[in-house]
Amino acid sequence: MEALLARTFSKTAGLLAVAILFVLLFLSSIAFGQTPISPTTVMDAFIRYDPASTDHIIITTTRVSRAVIAAVIGSSLAVAGAFMQALTRNPLASPSTFGINAGAMFCIVLSVTFFSVTSLEHYMWIAFLGAGLAAVLVYFLGSLGNDGLSPIKIVLAGAAISALFSSFTQGMLVLSEQNLESVLFWLAGSVSGRTLDMLEPLWPVMAGAGIAAFWLGGSVNLLALGDDIAKGLGQRTILVKTLMALIVVVLAGGSVAIGGSIGFIGLIVPHMVRSLVGTDHRWIVPYCAFMGAGLLLLADIAARFVIMPREMPIGVMTALFGAPFFIYLARKGVHK
Amino acid sequence: MTNRHITVRNRSGTVSFLWEKRAIVILLSLVAITSVCFIAGLSIGSTMISPVAVVKYLLGADDGEHQFIIGTHRLPRMILSLLVGAALGLSGLLLQGIVRNPLASPDIIGITGGASVAAIAYIAYFSETAGIKWLPFASILGAAIVSTAIYALSWNRGVTPYRLVLIGMGMAAATGALTMMMIVLSNTDVAAKAYIWMTGSVYGATWGQVYAMLSWLVVFVPLALLLNRVVNVQELGDDVAAGLGARVQWQRLGMIGISVALAGAAVAFAGAIGFVGLMAPHMARKLAGRSYAVLVPVTAIIGGLLVCSADVVARTAFLPLDIPAGVFTAGIGAPFFIYLLFRSRKPSR
Amino acid sequence: MHELKTNQLTLSYGEKTVIRELNLQIPQGKITVFIGSNGCGKSTLLRSLARLLRPAEGAVILDGRELAKWSTKEVAKRLAVLPQGPVAPEGLTVFQLVKQGRYPHQNWLRQWSQEDERMVTKALEATRMLPYADRPVDSLSGGQRQRAWIAMVLAQGTDVLLLDEPTTYLDMTHQIEILDLLFELNEKERRTIVMVLHDLNLACRYAHHIVAVHDGTVYDQGKPEDVMTAEMVEAVFQLRCQVIKDPLFGTPLFIPHGKGRIIDEQRNAVSVSTG
Repeated sequence: MEALLARTFSKTAGLLAVAILFVLLFLSSIAFGQTPISPTTVMDAFIRYDPASTDHIIITTTRVSRAVIAAVIGSSLAVAGAFMQALTRNPLASPSTFGINAGAMFCIVLSVTFFSVTSLEHYMWIAFLGAGLAAVLVYFLGSLGNDGLSPIKIVLAGAAISALFSSFTQGMLVLSEQNLESVLFWLAGSVSGRTLDMLEPLWPVMAGAGIAAFWLGGSVNLLALGDDIAKGLGQRTILVKTLMALIVVVLAGGSVAIGGSIGFIGLIVPHMVRSLVGTDHRWIVPYCAFMGAGLLLLADIAARFVIMPREMPIGVMTALFGAPFFIYLARKGVHK
Repeated sequence: MTNRHITVRNRSGTVSFLWEKRAIVILLSLVAITSVCFIAGLSIGSTMISPVAVVKYLLGADDGEHQFIIGTHRLPRMILSLLVGAALGLSGLLLQGIVRNPLASPDIIGITGGASVAAIAYIAYFSETAGIKWLPFASILGAAIVSTAIYALSWNRGVTPYRLVLIGMGMAAATGALTMMMIVLSNTDVAAKAYIWMTGSVYGATWGQVYAMLSWLVVFVPLALLLNRVVNVQELGDDVAAGLGARVQWQRLGMIGISVALAGAAVAFAGAIGFVGLMAPHMARKLAGRSYAVLVPVTAIIGGLLVCSADVVARTAFLPLDIPAGVFTAGIGAPFFIYLLFRSRKPSR
Repeated sequence: MHELKTNQLTLSYGEKTVIRELNLQIPQGKITVFIGSNGCGKSTLLRSLARLLRPAEGAVILDGRELAKWSTKEVAKRLAVLPQGPVAPEGLTVFQLVKQGRYPHQNWLRQWSQEDERMVTKALEATRMLPYADRPVDSLSGGQRQRAWIAMVLAQGTDVLLLDEPTTYLDMTHQIEILDLLFELNEKERRTIVMVLHDLNLACRYAHHIVAVHDGTVYDQGKPEDVMTAEMVEAVFQLRCQVIKDPLFGTPLFIPHGKGRIIDEQRNAVSVSTG
């Protein structure tokens, strides 16, 4: 696939354009919603905040936090997806198709049901644990048999582990007779009703992972040439791979801890980015961050309007758009 | 010639079969185990009944004392769970033969998803007016429509296993999202019913359902058996199979069709019980080898055992709660499954 | 004996035409080897003969009738094909694999006739795989595995065997093992064998008839000693060679020009001049 933006100049210009698009979507996310708020009011809320105005309150409490969280989750998932696809050399890898989301969910529900964990900070670490567990299991399951780690085996292993964890999760939910609706909403992936303090324990770790991802870009490029070649050129492949895996676990696990299981962003955005800027990960990471955030914000805006006055869980939205795209990719013959 | 086999031939040579000795042994043992579990399962519950009384009932020598508990409640439920498990296991076996990968199953490939969408749509929008009676048909129809879509979308001068898997997964995600959407949009009562359906349950099984499922299986299981040579040959690869004279695309379509029919019916009566279609064939293969003719009955029995025991555990482990069986199919099967996989670990060449 | 030939055969992958309007006759009862550089279409040609690839134009003719008009099973009773790099399912035993070769002769009621048993035993004996019959195919060495697959193809009991690169990825011992086996089969049972080989020297040694595929058509064909010349090799492979007679078999032996250590005459019996 030829990259659309081949020269460094066009890549930088593109990045700038994408960043601006992201800001616009961010602001739109704040402006649009059940209660229409004009753009000027939005600016006012930031510049001349009036505690008595309901609009301003809506903006600063719910809308901003929602937009920020959507942006964080979107960019995290996109970067995690890009790294997964690079790590497994499989263009169909993503946190949702590989059971990573399901694993994180499972551990969280497990801890809530049996250990009555409620602290969000604990959720975070538990989600990391679950994500890591799922990743290890998928890798293990996919390499069984005598022809090693082939793309189809990894895809199926991911689906199998995902199904396994989902059914366990469902079972626990049924057993504990939780309030079905709120749980379902969370299971399906949602960014509504999330406040910024939920982000607090998570954001340093996730920001760190994001920065590490950008910094690793060059190493990832080298690794993409093949383990043996990279080792021959002096790279410590095991270290790089472990770091990549950790970054994926942190970013994906963190996203699940806040927003539930949101799929397809990690799958689609890296593909779109790669068709724009090619395979240099030093560009892929920032592009993914902005486009992932932008896409999820877009999905969130749509989720608010599609079935007014009710809201669609954002995970449903991403699946409804992501699935056809995935099918299109599969038909085109992404991988033999 | 190897001495692992028994040859069965009639005088004129028009009928001949080759059977593996080990397979026969395994089959007989499984039948014995299932019978024991069956009787045990009928005995335990909120009211304990002695196994002797159970056997007497089954032989028709009962004096009506246990008619209600066994005859109306437990027996149909246990038989249905055996049949559902068998159907799911066979469906998974066929799919794994098509995809040539032991990790394929009806739920992963989107067949169950299609059935779910239709079933939940039915529960949400039609059950009030039309009653629960037509739910199985809606479910099978949903499975058929979605599977046709998957097959059509995978067609590009033929259907390759890889494409089938990918598109199946995409469809599974799409149908999952649609289903979630419907559940979220509906009222709490419907949501609860839908959720139980999605987990999979044989609660409230009736004799009517048992007969329906049985007649369905009577048609499709022999069809699956008839395909045994076909599946063996397809596993060698499209090129080799075509070279041996197999009409690969047509046979593949047939296998998919039977797989969908079996999964659709199972899901219709018991909801989206997950994982049996994945585990049962694999466990069967570890026990009985690769000859498909043997795998069909062995998978069916193992699948039936899985669902049946999951249901028994589900309705007794948390008394007085009657939990959906689907909660435990993964719980019972998964450790076993992982153990079997672990044992067969080989270094990759 | 079955007659296999092509008539104005055109094969293409997507837009690219690989073989153009080819008329080729496969000699009956002999070993024919397709040679050519990578990507020249020799495998494609073999696959079309095996009915694994549909012609864009023209046809493959089997016994006077177009291949596409035969039923798949009827073709399978006359032609057997061993594709490149076949993979056996995990855990399948040699016996189970070879048994599959009888597929075109069986139906659902008749799954193990006496004839089936006899052919499978014969195939296992011919390939000397009888002691391995109950071993899983994936636990065997490369050479043994290939012998197992050849046994399967033998059990099919066809007059014509088509093999796509049966010796690639095998070490020299196993290459010779396989080729010797095929040569014996041809000698004893007069089976027509068509295969794609990379090694020119082995091709010359074993083939009765060589077909050099180049530029979408057949550059030359015939007996190796007639057809295989240094000029031909240079045209087809862009490789300059010196040709001598193989000291053991008398067939053409090609020694490519290029770099390498030159041992002087006093230390080596064979003198080689470079170009």
